[in-house]
Amino acid sequence: MPEEKKHYSDKASIEAYENAKKDNILTVYDRAEDLRPCPIGSVGDCCKHCGMGPCRIPAPKKEGEKRKAGLCGATAETIAARNFLRMIAAGSASHSDHGRSVAEIFLAAAKGEIPGYKIKDEQKLLALALDFGINIDGKDMKTIAIEVGEKSIAQFGQQHGELLYIKKAPEKRQEIWRKMGVVPRGIDREVVEIMHRTHMGVDQDYKSLMKQGTRAALADGWGGSMLATDLQDIMFGTPVPVYAEVNLGVLKKDQVNIVIHGHEPLLSEMIVVASQDPEIKKYAVAKGATGINIAGICCTANEILMRHGIPIAGNFLQQELAITTGAIDAMVVDVQCVMQALQNVASCFHTKLITTSHQAGITGATAIPFNEHDALNSAKAILKTGIDNFPNRKNVAIPDIKSPMIAGFSHETINYLLGGSFRASYRPLNDNIINGRIRGIAGVVGCNNARTTCDTNHLTLVKELIKNDVIVLTTGCSAIGCGKEGLLTPEAAMEFAGPGLREVCETVGIPPVLHMGACVDNSRILIAATAVVKEGGLGNDISDLPAAGAAPEWMSEKAIAIGQYFVASGVYTIFGGSAFPTTGSPEFTKYLFEDMEKIYGGKWDYTNDPVEMARKMIEHIDKKRKELGIDKAKGRVLFDMADRRELA
Amino acid sequence: MSKIIASAAINGAHKIVGYAEKKVKEAMDKFGANQDVAFPNTGYYLPIIYGILGYKVEKLKDMEHVIKVSKNLLPPPVKEKYHLPYLGPVLDAGMATFFAEELVEAIKYVENPNIYVTGEDPKDDNIWLGAADDIIMRKRGVEFVDGTAPGFAATLGAPPDSKTAQKIALELQEKNLYVFMGANTEGRTMSEQLIKEGVQIGWPTRLVSFGPEVSAAVFAIGFATRAAMSFGGIEPGDFRKILIYNKDRVFAFAITFGYVSDEWYANGAGCINWGFPVITDTPTPEILPTGVCTYEHVVANIPHDQIVAKSIEVRGLKVTVTKVPVPVSYGPAFEGERVRGEDIYLEAGGGRTPAVELVTSADMDAVTDGKIEVVGPDIKDVKPGSQLPLAIYAEVAGRQMQPDFEPILERQIHHLVNYAQGTMHIGQRDIAWLRVSKQAVEKGFNLSHLGSILHAKFHQDFGKIFDKVQITVYTEEKKVREILQKARSIYKQRDDRIAGMTDEDTDPFYSCTLCQSFAPNHVCVVTPERTGLCGAYNWLDCKASYEINPTGPNQPIPKIAVIDARYGVWKGTEEFVKKASRGNVTTVDAYSIMRNPMTSCGCFECIAAVLPSCNGIMTVDRDTAVMTPSGMKFTTLAGSVGGGNVTPGFVGHSKYFITSKKFIAAEGGVKRLVWMPKALKEEIKDRFNKRAAEMGMPDLLDKIADETVATTEAEVLEYITKKGHPALSMESIF
Repeated sequence: MPEEKKHYSDKASIEAYENAKKDNILTVYDRAEDLRPCPIGSVGDCCKHCGMGPCRIPAPKKEGEKRKAGLCGATAETIAARNFLRMIAAGSASHSDHGRSVAEIFLAAAKGEIPGYKIKDEQKLLALALDFGINIDGKDMKTIAIEVGEKSIAQFGQQHGELLYIKKAPEKRQEIWRKMGVVPRGIDREVVEIMHRTHMGVDQDYKSLMKQGTRAALADGWGGSMLATDLQDIMFGTPVPVYAEVNLGVLKKDQVNIVIHGHEPLLSEMIVVASQDPEIKKYAVAKGATGINIAGICCTANEILMRHGIPIAGNFLQQELAITTGAIDAMVVDVQCVMQALQNVASCFHTKLITTSHQAGITGATAIPFNEHDALNSAKAILKTGIDNFPNRKNVAIPDIKSPMIAGFSHETINYLLGGSFRASYRPLNDNIINGRIRGIAGVVGCNNARTTCDTNHLTLVKELIKNDVIVLTTGCSAIGCGKEGLLTPEAAMEFAGPGLREVCETVGIPPVLHMGACVDNSRILIAATAVVKEGGLGNDISDLPAAGAAPEWMSEKAIAIGQYFVASGVYTIFGGSAFPTTGSPEFTKYLFEDMEKIYGGKWDYTNDPVEMARKMIEHIDKKRKELGIDKAKGRVLFDMADRRELA
Repeated sequence: MSKIIASAAINGAHKIVGYAEKKVKEAMDKFGANQDVAFPNTGYYLPIIYGILGYKVEKLKDMEHVIKVSKNLLPPPVKEKYHLPYLGPVLDAGMATFFAEELVEAIKYVENPNIYVTGEDPKDDNIWLGAADDIIMRKRGVEFVDGTAPGFAATLGAPPDSKTAQKIALELQEKNLYVFMGANTEGRTMSEQLIKEGVQIGWPTRLVSFGPEVSAAVFAIGFATRAAMSFGGIEPGDFRKILIYNKDRVFAFAITFGYVSDEWYANGAGCINWGFPVITDTPTPEILPTGVCTYEHVVANIPHDQIVAKSIEVRGLKVTVTKVPVPVSYGPAFEGERVRGEDIYLEAGGGRTPAVELVTSADMDAVTDGKIEVVGPDIKDVKPGSQLPLAIYAEVAGRQMQPDFEPILERQIHHLVNYAQGTMHIGQRDIAWLRVSKQAVEKGFNLSHLGSILHAKFHQDFGKIFDKVQITVYTEEKKVREILQKARSIYKQRDDRIAGMTDEDTDPFYSCTLCQSFAPNHVCVVTPERTGLCGAYNWLDCKASYEINPTGPNQPIPKIAVIDARYGVWKGTEEFVKKASRGNVTTVDAYSIMRNPMTSCGCFECIAAVLPSCNGIMTVDRDTAVMTPSGMKFTTLAGSVGGGNVTPGFVGHSKYFITSKKFIAAEGGVKRLVWMPKALKEEIKDRFNKRAAEMGMPDLLDKIADETVATTEAEVLEYITKKGHPALSMESIF
């Protein structure tokens, strides 16, 4: 073969991809070879916000030549910024609409209107109620839950004031936001305002535009996403450490394989419950299967993994491959990151693609709309469709490859693990960052991107980081990639981590890479970072922490929204994968990559080389360590009585 | 590899909780669910369970709840591969271990009330002391508070031989640490090893033989837990604060000797919750990263000759050991050591011979610093078992020296001499009593060493207030009698001077925040007529302490202006208390029990409490274990007023303060006193009668009830009515 271009890095996917190739089934990497990204659009130089365009204004080829503007006169800066903002709007809207669905079901559940949903984590409900300023004295759980639900829904349509979650951020951070005028008023309002301000002939200054971009991004991270996470935890349980397996090998030859793909756990939670129903099990046996095997893809997979230990079949770029095993009797999808090509692939096999969201019509797929008022029966109907399809299987080729992993690291769980029920705190983490065993914290999150080898950027970056004693928090498709590579096991600390991080991992019994959930759960990372700040000894703000974030294979607009809320929260955030979508305008890019640090303490950066990415992140971490004065080892302090008296 | 530790600790916890569950069931079957269960004489029930869970175990049936809680805390065993994280679960397993062991130890008391010896000393037929009662805890707790004892070592098991045990114990004693001994190594216990070597064990020498089983560890942890509640003022059930308090303020650690079993690991995991690290003498795995403890959590394989130093370093403790040029070990841990019978080489005082101690100041030229002279026969000149007259006379000189400091230095002689291993000192002034043991003499101790001790320690502790000191030790009867006569006239002058001092004509007062190491909100205001509530610091002590250490815990409080003379409120004290309590206490009435009584750290000698129906108050001292008419024993009262809180209706005070004119003067003074323990009456009788006579009520003491005539408020009322006690005709105390 001429150029054996590697698409996948894990053996299961390589095997499945080769099988598909043999059967002439084309999947995303094949399409990627046929279709290159538009060089002008990919760097933000194309404006199609009005009917006079699209106006494409690439940088002039010759030096000194004047750069073109759009018909209306829009400059490269304005065009790049407007495009960037619309990505933020789409990303923020996606997470937030997810959050809204959760909030609506939460309120209905609180009122007892929808059987099957209930309050599972009362502690977290009470904590959230207090965060929302609800007086809980003398109130029963139902009343409190209803108030929390109502306040949550009100966050979306609120027109004035501040989102309630803003107060959870470190105080210094809140001050910065207020000073910059970027505190979100209401979740929906900020998205709508982006759409307005990026309309032809409105906001024409990239700095002004980015203020609104920041405000909408914060409405995602400290709004819609955080609501989604918290309310899901309250309804379905806050994740605790759980063992599970990951990769295509989790599909079972002798069982009905139902793969759940998408993002919202509202239905999938019910499918998990329904799959344990004896009637349903019996029904599966009657059809010749030995049982029902639920597995996940993408972030729905992460949701039910975190809470139930349900195995994961794969991440974003494995969705088509999973079907090509011929073993999936039903693939159940809802929203986000569901490729339209799925139905084409499914039609080559017996697999039924079932679309369940009112929001996601899919041509050719079976629609079984999810009815929250009768969720369990919706779930059973879906399962039955899959079970009925089991006898139609033809050739089955499941790669016999899967990896063990430990997931379930919610903020609450990390807090517990570091001190037990009686001394729960982040103190040991802070202590070991201060003493240098742990050099810093990295969030490695985000998508897979068919313009790179699946997972390679993630894995190379993560291994470099942990080798250098940087502990990694991960979510989304990145987490699944790490899982496939075996990085989410405590044993990985022995094999891959530097000596300091390894020692801490051994002490706590954790993997060096902690799976914190779905992409909507990046809010958990914000809360964890805030907890580290509040524990003390590492500055007063998230921007003081020796920490950095990365999305090394970004592709979704959600990633841009996440990136911007991390930057605005004070985090150095570096992307890889597709080209950075603003580089057509050097001036606007400089604003994001340099000037933003002076405002928010965090900034954007880009490289597609994961080793270089690790170097840059570690360089930033070291810079922060130096600023904190913890770059050099400190002697042991011995206490006498006078010292003890000084303790407040 | 901490996985091994985690796995073993979790297994151990399962075994211990399982055993406790079985014991509870057996005990319930045998004694019935309603059988009372308690550690002796404590207001803290089973203190770990009470402190951490806020749950009182009073009957056997209450144990079922604790078993349930413990089982819920038990994590599943650690898997060999791809295990779940274990640090949090292991700490929970350790906590469950302590809960379960506390139940097991409490059941032992039910099965055999004499399983452990009561009091401070082991007996010949039973060397195990078991749970420390609240009297011991408070008395010893004071040492933890003022730094005389910086912490404790909880030891599990025994070193391979008794000589090593003796060396390690001595080294810990020399570092002023308590040694809490529990568990056995293949049947050997450290306590028995020490006895074999002739070492005196028990609370007085800080070598505490808690019990021969590993579950005796709960007596050490229970002690620490009570410290947080009684001195730290932390509410039972506020587990997080109790544990952090211990991590920050109680400098304890565990040392294991020999094979570390699963059960021992489980106990070690428990200790880590309190911030107490574990140091082993065997090649166990280690846990070095910090976080739950201040520094390392488990440090392994330390040779016996380094294990004490290593433990102290790991705990992050700074121990300043003073070197005194004597041929015996020296430090507070030897203060409580007795010299008896056959062991006595030399005895002086104690009614057998005249003995006196005196410190006076002199001109600079008249004193040669470091001059130590023995006038008369020394130890080498007499046979074992001899008695001699004795006068210890120290002359000090210096530009900062004041006559007021003489009695302060003089009072140090008692404990400074006692600190030497092999000496026993009792009393002071002209009732001093000294014994020197044969063992000390064997090591070369002679009477000039009394001078060496005073010279070295006076300079170390009081170097700021004098420059020179010379000591003469007289053993010639004639010279001793001369000194005695001189001393008595000086004592009288001193007593008259301090008796003549009043709060009205003295400025400034002094603060005492020594106890803030343990009770961060507490501030004592010490005035000439009101000593510190511990009884250990009077106004002069505080003044001297301030001169010695101007930035220390005793600071002058200028009165500035009188706000309320009756209640004892000054502008200066208000401002000071507010600042020194970090805003937690805003006002203090020095002379009142009802309005804003002074806070209490937990070191109080006595606690006074209002008896409403008697229109008076009672007071009880910490050595009295009987039920008081308030319906609470001292320990329970102490639990409700300690920890730096203002508690109207209750106040901690010294014994001495009872006979002060300012004793609850706002409410009418000592005329309000309607009940106090008989022994306390006896102790302060002379002073009390003098004060009563001044007030024109010479028979007041007789009108005050005690436990022999009244143990309830109603009985007190009946008694004082019969006796015509003045409180009944006073205005309402409310």
